[in-house]
Order: sequence, then structure tokens, then C-alpha cells
Amino acid sequence: MSYQTLKSEMQAHGYVASDDLAMAVHLALTLGRPLLLEGAAGVGKTEVARVLAAVKATELIRLQCYEGLDASHAIYEWNYQRQLLAIQAAGDNAAEVEKRIFSEEYLLERPLLAAILRPSPPVLLIDEIDRADEEFEAYLLEILSDFAITIPELGTIKATSRPHVILTANGTRELSDALRRRCLYAHVDYPDRAAELAILAARHPGLDAKLMGQIVSFVQDLRREGLEKPPGVAETLDFAAALAGLGIADLTEDPATLQASLVTLLKTAQDRAAVPLEVTERLAGRAA
Amino acid sequence: MSSITRFATRDAGFSARISGFMAHLRDNGLRLGVAETGTALEALSQIEPADIAQTRLALRAVCTGSADEAGRFDDLFDGYWRNGGRVRSRPSTALPSAAQRSTARSGTARDDAEGDGTADAPDAGEGETSTATGTGRLIACTTPNAMRRDLRELVTPEAIAEAQAVAEHLGRALRDRRSRRRRAARRGSQIDFRRTVRRAIARGGAPLDLPRRTRPDRAVRITAICDVSGSMAIYARVFLSFLVGLMRGDPKAEAFLMHTRLVPISDALREPDPLKSVARLSLMAEGFGGGSKLGESLTQFAATHARRCITGRSVVIILSDGYDTGPSEHLGTALAAIRRRGARIIWLNPLKGWRDYAPVAAGMAAALPQCDLFAPAATLGDLAALEPELARL
Repeated sequence: MSYQTLKSEMQAHGYVASDDLAMAVHLALTLGRPLLLEGAAGVGKTEVARVLAAVKATELIRLQCYEGLDASHAIYEWNYQRQLLAIQAAGDNAAEVEKRIFSEEYLLERPLLAAILRPSPPVLLIDEIDRADEEFEAYLLEILSDFAITIPELGTIKATSRPHVILTANGTRELSDALRRRCLYAHVDYPDRAAELAILAARHPGLDAKLMGQIVSFVQDLRREGLEKPPGVAETLDFAAALAGLGIADLTEDPATLQASLVTLLKTAQDRAAVPLEVTERLAGRAA
Repeated sequence: MSSITRFATRDAGFSARISGFMAHLRDNGLRLGVAETGTALEALSQIEPADIAQTRLALRAVCTGSADEAGRFDDLFDGYWRNGGRVRSRPSTALPSAAQRSTARSGTARDDAEGDGTADAPDAGEGETSTATGTGRLIACTTPNAMRRDLRELVTPEAIAEAQAVAEHLGRALRDRRSRRRRAARRGSQIDFRRTVRRAIARGGAPLDLPRRTRPDRAVRITAICDVSGSMAIYARVFLSFLVGLMRGDPKAEAFLMHTRLVPISDALREPDPLKSVARLSLMAEGFGGGSKLGESLTQFAATHARRCITGRSVVIILSDGYDTGPSEHLGTALAAIRRRGARIIWLNPLKGWRDYAPVAAGMAAALPQCDLFAPAATLGDLAALEPELARL
């Protein structure tokens, strides 16, 4: 499978990938390497994993990172309650129970362990890795390089299948060089006009072509206005859905409604203030 | 394509060229090891290596590791694989094919003499040492200074040691903000009684887990932005050694230079050998002593690096005289944006020490309402004297 076929398959599942991204995903799949995606919020990094799972017709296992995420939430944990119950129920033959309670039966799978135990390779999405602390990043290094997890009571569990790993980051914290080195890298940028049109066409096929062109020009112009949080692709899709729902066929026809629908694009008070009705009208006029 | 570099016939082959390319990337500051060369070869076996576009995409995915590197990759790729980086913007259609062939052939002595655009004319910079003296007004200028200046003549190891002591004091004055409360933590001095009991319920009353708690560190992160435009050149010695001292004392501090653009220098300053770090800095200091676009640089900072370096407990130290060529309101809005992220802003202006100084420069006037502290600083002594003020902040 070449990267072009992958690209068209992703397109068939509603994801318009740039050449850069398609090649990076293709290599990540063929070389069995994790792929690190970086880019602003809302450019569709997480979506890559979802679409990849659809393309490969496999399961998507997602690990959302946050500050304070630790091994017991990400890798595995013993089911203490069941263990205690087993000990109390056993009564006298405690020695025999002790052998039993540290077996896989009493192990709670968390996403990382689950990912390497699947019979067919799943897509493992490690979302917003830069939110997790550095300690967790170190854990991850071990797993990403050998795809094995060591549980002291059980021994080392080897992967039955190598998951396709996708990591996303958006610059909350610098990632360590060690992690970057182990991954292939692609920077996901805001799509250009043509790509965004294609995305809109793929996600909202019912939309009028003229309105679609207007929406994309409007959003692309808006991104150049120097906003604090420029609208991402997800916002464009919401905006299109909102306009379709409000029954607007042309951006210039009803400035007040258009202004109201900007709630889907502008997400901070400063940005709202930076785009008053006049600016909206000017942008809509230019887009038309 | 005629523009593809022709390698010598004695060239050892494909893998040697790839490792040559990796060495080329390494020379240009990309951090790549031997393993990456292997990965690159493996990657090329998965695609059509004869297609230059595919090769470019594949090598970019393998070799780059950050947005910055990905941005530079295209030029580096062209530099190695496409005729020594010489790109003709206009296709010279009039040239007969024979002449084209002769330029494409690299390796002949004649061609080497005229081609190979790597040496970027260092002699051009030698005559133009800036000797702007005399009276007159201080103004900001827009022209970037392309000359490279050796900062080693500015910063000596002794000055760094002295500055480090000052910076450490200041850093401590800003940083030491321990909390009185205790919070749940993985490691801590005390056992968290409430959580222990709570978890014991799940274990049938046996306190198996002992969660702990500790006093959290309310660390203040310091970001220093130093203006090194022409008007600030005479203070550069003091301020650069101060930055070096600050960075070496505090692993979380960040430092930037600004002239016509913003240059992150934290990595260079953290080099363990002080002289080497200054040498690295010199390489990055293109534009040193040139024009100043404070508003633009700070806007760029607010939009990019601020997301990473600024939290609710941050202090941004700006070392500048406030002479800006851009529209002054940019400076004000940029500082306001930085402040909204929760940072306190300390502006240290060397000119403020002058008798009769008033912040009349438009940039300075626009910045003043956003500053939590506006103080003079022209020498290390001045900086050291700031300690009580910073502790109060």
C-alpha cells in the first residue's frame, strides 16, 4: 500500500490528509513506529487516530493524558477488592489463595496494557501527551520501544500484536528528546483553502457549493485576523452545521444571524470583542 | 530533473549518501543518531525513492522532531540533494543544454570555484563596525543587522560568575513562595489521613494504601526577554551575563533575545561550559545590535512561547530601553496579552537611571500601564539592588 492509497482511503472515511501527514502515517504503519502529531488545537490530530482505526477496521484504544496521570491509571492495576474478597472467602487455605490472587484474573487492564494484549493490532491513541508529567513520559518510553510491560508479581507481558501508536501534543510543555527520537513526526497545520473545502464537502455533503466556498473563505480570513484562539477545523464544521441549521444560504444575507452564529468560531471574550458586527460584515462581503 | 545533485562516481552508494545527508542535518543542528539513519533507509525501502517528492516527505517524517525543524527541513533537503542549494527562481530557458550540463556537474574544479553557495561571504561584515557616536536623539531603526558579532568579547567567565550570584539572589527573591497548605501528592512528608481511611473502606478496613501529602511548591517561573538592538548594545555585556547567570541557576527559567525578531536562547545558555554557551549564542545572535521591533517580537512571544512558559505564577523580566520602530500600541496589547495569562511584568530600563529621564518614547509610554515594576538597571549593581523590590512583588 503506497501513501497515496492510504490518503484516498482516509479521504473515503472523511479525513482529508495533507501529503506530509499521509506519508507520516504510512511510514508509521509500515515501519511499526509510533507517530507524534503536533499542531494547534482543532486541526484534527485526534481525528487521525479515529480514521486510521476505521481504515484498518480495528479497535481504537484511547488514553487521555492529564497532569498526575500515573501507571495505575494508564497501564494496569490490581483489583484489590476482589483480592480481599477472595482471601476472606477462602478462610483457612490462605496459602493456596495467595498464589491465585496475583494472576491475570485479578488484573484490571488500563489502556496501555489493553492495547498490547489485543489479538489483532489496535490503534492506540495517546492524546495530549504533553499534559502528562515527565515521569509518565519515561514509563511510556519503555512501552513504546519494546512493547512489553513488566508486572512485578506476574513477570513481563509481551505484546501479542504491536499496536499502531499515535501520540498528539499541542505544546503545553516541551517533550523530551528521547520521546521525540522514538517517534516519527508530523506537524499538522491549519488546512489551506482547497483542503478545507474538501473536508467540508466530506463532512457536510448536503451543503450548497457556493455557501461552502463562502464559509471556507470566511474562516480562512478570520484566522488571519490575529485572534487569540484561531478557529480550527472542528469549529469550521460546527459553523457550517450552525448555518445550515439556521437556514442561511448566503453569508451576506443576514449579518445579525451570522454574528450570532460566530459563537461556534470564537471561543474567548477577547476574540468576541475583536470581531464586532462591522468586521463580520467586511469578512462576509469579502468571502462572497 | 537536471537540478539534482550529481555525486562523484566513486561514491559508495545509496546508504553512504543517506548517512551523508544525516551528517548534513546533524551539522545543521538536528538531533539525530545512528538509529535514525537506519530508520531513514528502512523508510525509503517502503516508498518510491526515485520520486523526489515522496523521498522528501518520508525523510521529513523520520528526521524532524519539532515544528521548527520541520520548517527548516525543506531548505536542508534542497541544500544536500539539489545542486548544493542553488535554486534558480527563473528557469533559464535560453541556456543551451550543454551549458546546463556543465553547471550541473559538480566536482570539477571550475565549478567548485564559482558555485557552492555555502560560504556566506564573511568578509562583507568586517568593514561595517558600527561607530555611531555624537549627540542627537536615540531612535529605533528597522534594518536588521546581518553581521554576526562575537559575543565572547562581551561576556567573560568572571562576569558570568558575578552575574550568576546576582541572578541567583534575584531568582530566589522571586521564586521562594512555599505554600502553607498541604496537598495530596505521590511523595510527601505526611500521611494523608482522610484519603487513607477512604481507601481502607474499599479494602475491607485494612489501610493498605498510604497516600501522602506535602506542601506544594508554588514555583515562580522566570522568563527574561532581553532587547539587543543597536541602542542597547552598550548594556549587552551586563544583561547577557545576567541572563546566563539566571539560566544556570534556575532549570525552569527561559530566556529570549529580541531585536527585529524573537530568538529563544534558553538551550544555548544552559550549555554546561559557559564559554561554549556564549559561542553558541554568538551563532544565534545574527541581527545583534540591529533594529528593534519590540512590539512585533513581544506579540510573537505572546502568541507562541507564552503558552508554554507562562502560568499563573510567572514573572516576565524585560530588559529594554523601550525604543521601538513599530506602532506603539502593539507593544501595549502584547504586554496586555502576556499579563492576561497571569504573568507579572518587570521592565528594567537602563535609561531610567539617567538624570531627568522620562518615559516619553512612545513604546515605553504604551508599555508602562502594563508593568508591575518599572526600574532602572544598567549595571550588575543596579540589578542586585532590585532584590528587596522583587521580594515585595
